[in-house]
Amino acid sequence: MASETLQDGVPMAGIVFAFGEQPIFRPGDAVRILTRTPVGHYRVPTYLRGKRGTVERVIEPAGVDNEQEAYGRNAGAKRHYYRIAIPMTEIWQDYAGSSRDGLRIEVFETWLERI
Amino acid sequence: MSQGASGHDHPHDHDHPHDHPHAEIAQAERPGYYDIMETAVRELLIEKKYFGADEIRRQIEVLDSRTPALGAKVVARAWQDPAFKARLLENGRKGCEELGISFYDDTHLIVLENTDTVHNLIVCTLCSCYPRPVLGLPPDWYKLKPFRARAVSEPRAVLAEFGTIIPDDVEIRVSDSTAMVRYLVLPKRPDGTQDFSEEQLAALVTRDAMIGVVPASIQTGSVQ
Repeated sequence: MASETLQDGVPMAGIVFAFGEQPIFRPGDAVRILTRTPVGHYRVPTYLRGKRGTVERVIEPAGVDNEQEAYGRNAGAKRHYYRIAIPMTEIWQDYAGSSRDGLRIEVFETWLERI
Repeated sequence: MSQGASGHDHPHDHDHPHDHPHAEIAQAERPGYYDIMETAVRELLIEKKYFGADEIRRQIEVLDSRTPALGAKVVARAWQDPAFKARLLENGRKGCEELGISFYDDTHLIVLENTDTVHNLIVCTLCSCYPRPVLGLPPDWYKLKPFRARAVSEPRAVLAEFGTIIPDDVEIRVSDSTAMVRYLVLPKRPDGTQDFSEEQLAALVTRDAMIGVVPASIQTGSVQ
């Protein structure tokens, strides 16, 4: 797990973090947005399911899980959001514009997998 | 939400005393489906004591106090003060809070800087997430499906319809705000404004420039 070091990379001996407390992805990590369709409330638009991108930054502090929050489960567990960079050409096969054009979106940790 | 609070919709230049005859101010049309639903839900929530009528009124006052003039001040300060700009880009919310702008909705703010090589555009494809603490209510077109769908699929065509032509060698970054982060575009400072005061600069920064659909311009500046 990536939770052995602080954000600036300086290890802090003896500190144990709770599950989900530390971000599991880092800037530069290649990720895929999961293709799932839970019932209820969540914030991942359909057009981005299954798309591949790169973690641009970790959003601090951690936020509440919308899926759980909508059901009032202890207001939801906290995890990190990540600002994900996705090339437009990854989303739209016939994208008209520069191949450098991109989309940015913040995605909750439970919707990302490492690739 | 409700009918316009000001009562009159005709333009005024206020160079005449305000005692001219007036048609009676009244709601002429039947309320629509969503008006009725909003009233019903509001009354139910008040009846069940989730919140009071005074809290709703206060929140409307909070929203009414937020206008693009606030965002324009933030942008003008960033143009004038490099240290402030650095702090603002590092943490948008803290930067705005330095100027006394509170984040009553507890959202984060990322400020996106337009440069010679990058042009930022903001949208909320899910609904209407918008940096309300610094810009107030979004324009209607921002909430409509054509803008929401097309901003992420053909941003260059959308920008061209606003009169904004982005050269091919400039990268377009569309930020889709759908959860807890809001975005504010920091436009490029127009040329020829070296001697402008912060107040003069702020007058060049429009709402649309802070959404990223137009540049800030020395010709088009007018807040609101």
